[in-house]
This record gives sequence, C-alpha cells and structure tokens, in this order.
Amino acid sequence: MKHVFLVLLLLCAPPVFSVEPDEILDDPVLEQRARDISANVRCVVCQNEPIDSSNASIARDMRILIRERLVAGDSDAAVYSFLVDRYGTYVLFKPPFQGATIGLWIGPFVILALGSIGAYVAFRRHTVVPTKLSDQEEAKISDLLDDT
Amino acid sequence: MKRVWAFLPLVVVAILGGFLFWGLNPDRDPNAIPSALVGKPPPTASLGPIPSIGGDGLNGDVVAEMDGVVLVNVFASWCLPCRAEHGTITSLSKMAGVTVVGLNYRDTDSAAAAFLEELGNPYAAIGFDPAGMSGIDWGISGVPETFIIKDGTVRFRFAGPIVGDGAKKIFFSELGEVQVQ
Repeated sequence: MKHVFLVLLLLCAPPVFSVEPDEILDDPVLEQRARDISANVRCVVCQNEPIDSSNASIARDMRILIRERLVAGDSDAAVYSFLVDRYGTYVLFKPPFQGATIGLWIGPFVILALGSIGAYVAFRRHTVVPTKLSDQEEAKISDLLDDT
Repeated sequence: MKRVWAFLPLVVVAILGGFLFWGLNPDRDPNAIPSALVGKPPPTASLGPIPSIGGDGLNGDVVAEMDGVVLVNVFASWCLPCRAEHGTITSLSKMAGVTVVGLNYRDTDSAAAAFLEELGNPYAAIGFDPAGMSGIDWGISGVPETFIIKDGTVRFRFAGPIVGDGAKKIFFSELGEVQVQ
C-alpha cells in the first residue's frame, strides 16, 4: 500500500524541465535570472529548442556556465555577450538590432506604411462620386417618373 | 501612372522568386551554424594531455604561434563519425606545412588511449577535456569539428566529419586557399 501511494505521489509530480537538480543554484534570485537567460539561448544541437529545455550535453554545459558567470557577479548583458562572442548572435532567439537584421525589424513597418498609403489612395479614388446630378440626368429621371 | 502599376505583379514575382531560388540552392545548409571564431584568435584556455598518452596538451597561445597551417580537430572515442574521418585526419597530418592538433572532448583516459592505439595517433598534441567545458570556448555544436588556423587566426571551421566527396571538397578547397595566402 505504501508503495502504491509512493507511485501515485510520483505521478502527481509537476513536469520538470531539463535543468537537473545538481545545476540549480541555492540563491533563488540568481536561479531565476539563469532560467530567464537560458530560455532565450538557442541550443546549438537541437536548434529550435532553448537550452533551458534541451537534453543535449552542450546545452547542459551552457546552463552550468551561465550559472557560473552569474555567481561570479556578471550582469545578464555580460552573460549574453560571453555566449555571443563564442557562438555569434545565432544563439540568441531574439535577434539584436544591427546591420543584417534591420530588414527584419523595420520590414513589417515599411510594408504596413506602404499598404496604408496604397489603401488610402485606392479608397480616395473610389469615393469621388458626383454629389449633384447633371441637368440631363434630372430631365431623364423626370421623364421616367412621368411615364408611370 | 497606371502603366507603372501594371508591372507591380512582375516585381513581386521577381522578389519572391529570388528568395525561393536562393532557398533551393543545394549548397546552402540551413542548419549550418556560422562560427563566431572565424577571423579571431583561437581560445587561449590551456588543456593538459591525455594522461596515458602524454606529450603536449592543447594551448591556444601555442597554437596561435605555430608555423604554417594548424588544424584543431575535436574528437572523442565515443563518436562514430570521428572514427570515420580518422583516415582523413591521418592523411592531413602527413601533409607538408600542416600540423594537426587534437581536442579530446568528453572522453575518458582509457577509452581515448584505446581509440588512438587502434586507429593510430595523427595528432602532434592533444588537449584532454573530460568535462567538455572547453567546447563552449571553441563554440562547437557537436563532435567532430575541425578548425583551420593560420598566423594566429581562425580561418575556417568545419562542423561534422570530413567524410565523403562533398565534405572533402569543401574542406580541402578551404585548406588550399588558406595555404596559399
């Protein structure tokens, strides 16, 4: 009975991320910072997964390294730049604003602006409707009305 | 003005077609990770030799000062592709003006020694990294990887085994270019 209870308890355990118990820092503030950073860093083996949820050994190394840097007193920015120096901006899920990524950041706004201008021009062209009927049209209408 | 607009679909097709054409290029590998080390000096961290092999370890500063072309090959005994490319690494080590240095990654002393005893040891020096922490310094994403270094600067990084005509063509043409420079 005791064993059944134990198994049931284990089944109730919340889903655990790949961060292993021996990696977790004692300081909850630092640990939270480490978790936030690792959620934004790409695993270089399983490329669309953050290192926070990756089981790859290099991802584990990177998580440990991030924690070491944080314990040593590095700021979040320093930790990111440490990784970028070694792996390039490729490791960041959020691309930085720089030369090659300008199109990525500005592009949607340029397209929105062009579309707005296009829509404005198109709508204005279609709404140019004469407000008054010409004399000829008035005469035609009264003709038709007279017929009935 | 109307006539200009008539060309708009053509422009859209040209731009879209350009991207699609670029995407279809069989030489483009979307999974390839650009190396941040290219154009920079190799990492300076120093690794000791494999205990039962002895000899020199891997030292970034020493590698940077070596004459000619230095190849740093990341390998491990547990890595099957490394076994496959071992022949290529061995023939590279016999080329004039080329020094091959090994980085034994996440391996054990006995397994690495057995691997080199079985297949031969083409490395002039081997850095032993059982914990794998130097992997991040070198920016590797897996094993094997091979770096081409000349005059204290990393020139090229090849991820994966140098096996098969395609991989050899890429690697040797890069090596040739670095050698004549």
